[in-house]
Amino acid sequence: MMPLALRLLLREWRAGEMRVVLLAVALAVASLTAVRYFADRVEQALGQEANTLLAADLALVSDHPPDPAFAQAAAARGLRISQTTTFLSMVLANGHGGDAAPENGGSAAVPIPSPPAPLPPAGEGSFEPRSRDVQVNERNLLTGIKAVAPGYPLRGDLRIAPDLFAADAPTRAVPPPGQVWVDSRLASGLGVKPGDSVEVGAAHLRISAILTFEGERGGNFMALAPRLLLNADDLARTGLVQEGSRVVYRLLVAGDSKQVADFQAWAKPRLARGEQLEDVRNARPELRQVLDRAQRYLGLAALLTVLLAAAATQMALRRYVQRHFDQFALLRCFGASQRRLMGLYLLQLGGLGLLAGTLGSGLGWLAQAGMVHLLGDAIRLGLPPPGYLPPLLGLAAGVLLVLAFSLPALLRLARVPALRVLRRDLGAPPAGALLAHGVGLALVAGLLFWQAGEVKLGLIVGGGVLALMLAAALAIQLLLWPLPWLAQRLPTSARLGLLNLYRRRWETTLQAMALSLGLLALLLLTLVRGDLFDSWRNQAAPGAPNRFVINIQPEQVGAVRDYLIGQGIADVTLYPMARARLMRIGGRVVSADDYAGNDQDARAKRLIEREFNLSSLAQLPPDNLVTAGRWSSTDGFSVEEGLAKTLNIQLGDELVFDAGGLPLSGRVTSLRKVEWDSFRVNFFVIAPPGAFNTLPQSFITSFYLPKDRGAVLAGLVSAFPNITVIDVEQVMGELRGLLDRVAAAVQLIFLFSLAIGVLVLLAALYARRDERAREIGLWRTLGASRRRVMLALATEFTALGLLAGGLAAGAAAGVAWVLAEHVFELPHTPDPALWLAGLGGGWLLVLGAGLLVTRELLQAPPLRALRRD
Amino acid sequence: MQLGEETLDILADVSFSVNSGETVAIVGSSGSGKSTLLGLIAGLDIPSTGRVRLDGVALSDLDEDGRAALRGRNMGFVFQSFQLLPGLTALENVMLPLELAGRKDAAAVAGEHLNRVGLAARARHRPNQLSGGEQQRVALARAFAVSPRILLADEPTGNLDAHTGAQVIELMFELNRAQGASLIVVTHDVALASHCGRQLRLDAGRVVDTPVLQ
Repeated sequence: MMPLALRLLLREWRAGEMRVVLLAVALAVASLTAVRYFADRVEQALGQEANTLLAADLALVSDHPPDPAFAQAAAARGLRISQTTTFLSMVLANGHGGDAAPENGGSAAVPIPSPPAPLPPAGEGSFEPRSRDVQVNERNLLTGIKAVAPGYPLRGDLRIAPDLFAADAPTRAVPPPGQVWVDSRLASGLGVKPGDSVEVGAAHLRISAILTFEGERGGNFMALAPRLLLNADDLARTGLVQEGSRVVYRLLVAGDSKQVADFQAWAKPRLARGEQLEDVRNARPELRQVLDRAQRYLGLAALLTVLLAAAATQMALRRYVQRHFDQFALLRCFGASQRRLMGLYLLQLGGLGLLAGTLGSGLGWLAQAGMVHLLGDAIRLGLPPPGYLPPLLGLAAGVLLVLAFSLPALLRLARVPALRVLRRDLGAPPAGALLAHGVGLALVAGLLFWQAGEVKLGLIVGGGVLALMLAAALAIQLLLWPLPWLAQRLPTSARLGLLNLYRRRWETTLQAMALSLGLLALLLLTLVRGDLFDSWRNQAAPGAPNRFVINIQPEQVGAVRDYLIGQGIADVTLYPMARARLMRIGGRVVSADDYAGNDQDARAKRLIEREFNLSSLAQLPPDNLVTAGRWSSTDGFSVEEGLAKTLNIQLGDELVFDAGGLPLSGRVTSLRKVEWDSFRVNFFVIAPPGAFNTLPQSFITSFYLPKDRGAVLAGLVSAFPNITVIDVEQVMGELRGLLDRVAAAVQLIFLFSLAIGVLVLLAALYARRDERAREIGLWRTLGASRRRVMLALATEFTALGLLAGGLAAGAAAGVAWVLAEHVFELPHTPDPALWLAGLGGGWLLVLGAGLLVTRELLQAPPLRALRRD
Repeated sequence: MQLGEETLDILADVSFSVNSGETVAIVGSSGSGKSTLLGLIAGLDIPSTGRVRLDGVALSDLDEDGRAALRGRNMGFVFQSFQLLPGLTALENVMLPLELAGRKDAAAVAGEHLNRVGLAARARHRPNQLSGGEQQRVALARAFAVSPRILLADEPTGNLDAHTGAQVIELMFELNRAQGASLIVVTHDVALASHCGRQLRLDAGRVVDTPVLQ
């Protein structure tokens, strides 16, 4: 059977028929694989980019030296490893402050926030170091000390400069034994420069460079003390790490992603108490969100591409199969059994799918290479080489698309009576075969979920599209109903156009469904992209606060405010802050042991084990939104809604806190939504004014200060030596850079999906081209002028475009809302402009493309159209 | 027609006139140029040399739209392959030329003509639900619905069996008599040709004789 199938395919190819189907499927596969190739590479690159912020692919974090078995296991898997040891301690400019007494009552290093707790987003109450006040005096500074071994960092680079404010350069080295690298804040704070010595514990070490960039530092607010990097070999000499010291040990691991995953799987069940595995996802929540959303968007784009590809293929194949009724009847006539013919066609179409898949994969590869080449610089990502999965996906998609969509038509072909050879007027057997359609849909759904890689996203988009299709079928039938009535009241040309739509109700329905699918994809990707970009703009926006000042004493509030205002910093608000532990919720005693199990519980546990930051305010902070209850400026607590959910706090519950032995209690009167990623000061719990009167309290503020105005901070610190300034400028800069890159990648995939959306529009309009050619030929033969035909077509396309556009806008509004709410977790505001875009865009696109597709038919002599049979 | 180096004459030295109310059969073997000639008469195509005049107006002097308007006012068509639009019902197919002419009473007139060809009961059926003979009768109803001065028919019985073909011929001539239109019909069918007042025989693109029957 195979040779015959091939021969037939070859003949079909010569006849030119197959080329159309091949092109449509190949283009569909090309777009699918290009998105997939590119998304894969961008995802990998984004992952690597993010890994530089972790300095590794994976880190084992512990409060004790990790079991060497971990390092051995990693090494056995061919992974690169490195270790770091981090703690806070005083660093002294040499010759000063010889009594650099360890701060923490006997232990050499001071306590720092518990490392396994993932870093909260900015402002989430806990960023304040739990250490006591960071001491600033002339010649010593509490410093974050990190001991590193050669090879560190495993991902990304350190950057150093030979002197303060000198040009920096990346380096792959670490400080040699006996030397340290310090950041500019430590150098400025201590008044030292390269060449000088500092005292770290018992060791005297020479500064050999200024550390200007340390990726790993990133959003680690606890490490926002000045930084000193020393060689791991010098660690013992400092004498700072002793029994009971609060030290964070990290075993860094990097290498082949499969091996990393394997190591992760091996290590996870072997973690002891106080040990935790961190990859970039749980190490950097603010990055995790960006990456997750970007990946979901790329997933969405790829998913819609599958749907669009399916629609395009379906339309092309429908035309192909319809043209094969005669051939089928003829072969039946020659004595071929139905079974044999089905086998023959399946082989033929499978071959076609394979060919289209191969061609499409090749095209897709070229397309993504082109995109990478064009935008490689713009997106500044070192893209890894493309993987082997996309071409396989392309091949499978080609075969699957062709078979899934030819199956119903094939079953229809199988029922063609041989008599058709003699009596063409017998026509084609009716469509039907619900089962075949079901199988086709199931195959595509499978492809969809495979592509989405995420059930929820697949379900939402798949469900949205299915709902759209059903609603579209129904709505189109309803909307077509009054058309004859309307047509009678319009000029002849318009009447013809409208009647044409009405008389081919089911054709129109199918066409409008395909068109609205194309438009839905365009609108949806635009909408979600808008939401995404909005959220990214808000996050780390230029001008967002980049300095936090904490530990301001009540009596310093006026003076600090005056100083900042005097320096030209507008909008200075100082918030009172108290630290307290939650003891009771609505009468029940709170215990960390009550929470065990899932992630939510783990978070609850952490929250309960530590102290909260509370404020006492008469006014709601500007970006807070009350979501339940009522804000009261006189009594009651206002609780952040995420915290309330995690700890199961209800409106009306009485909360009892313990603030350094003093009680603080109140009833919950409102729940608030807080933009944690706004980099502004925010609190979990806000108490009414005066609640802190008897409690120990300090003040906190945040503001934006341009990079070149560091002197303002120096002045502030020298005027108020007890306060601590936290600089998040570098973190925000990194975050902004990452957002820019992600946005560029998203933009690119978006444009690509747009292109295939337009392709579907064209395919939908091309699907009826044969029939339309005849129709136009006949109209012209019967005496219609070109202008009249054009007006009739324009009316038809206008009505069709408005219909499809309206449906697409409705569906896009619904799906975008569900996606924003449940997949991207973004605020989504319905936009009336969507309807304008849907209706206007639908009209213009369908009219433009429709006239483009039929232009040639209008020019052709009518005789040619009539002789097409 | 230019085929590479060679020039192929599809029609040459074809000259004749048709009077109002006259019935003419154009006969000849396959490939003799019959249908091409009919296309030229209808202004669906224009000759590279020579002219086709209707009421003294040369069709080639008109542009495509001018010719279309002329067809709309004066001509009705019947084709071998019926040329019914598959998406439209029988009634809608008949209504089409009336609608193109801007007639508000298209449905009523079309219904009346369907009735005259005996297909009133099949008005809502689509072409694929009709037999070949029925489809050709719908085509006849469509051709006569606009009361043309000239009816052009291209092998109207070519796709039909002898019995059905005879019925269609009867009907066509009956309608033609009733409307007093000129009829030009291209055919192989001797029976059909013999119904016409005059026969024009084509051979390899040339008129060989114009025997007048009756």
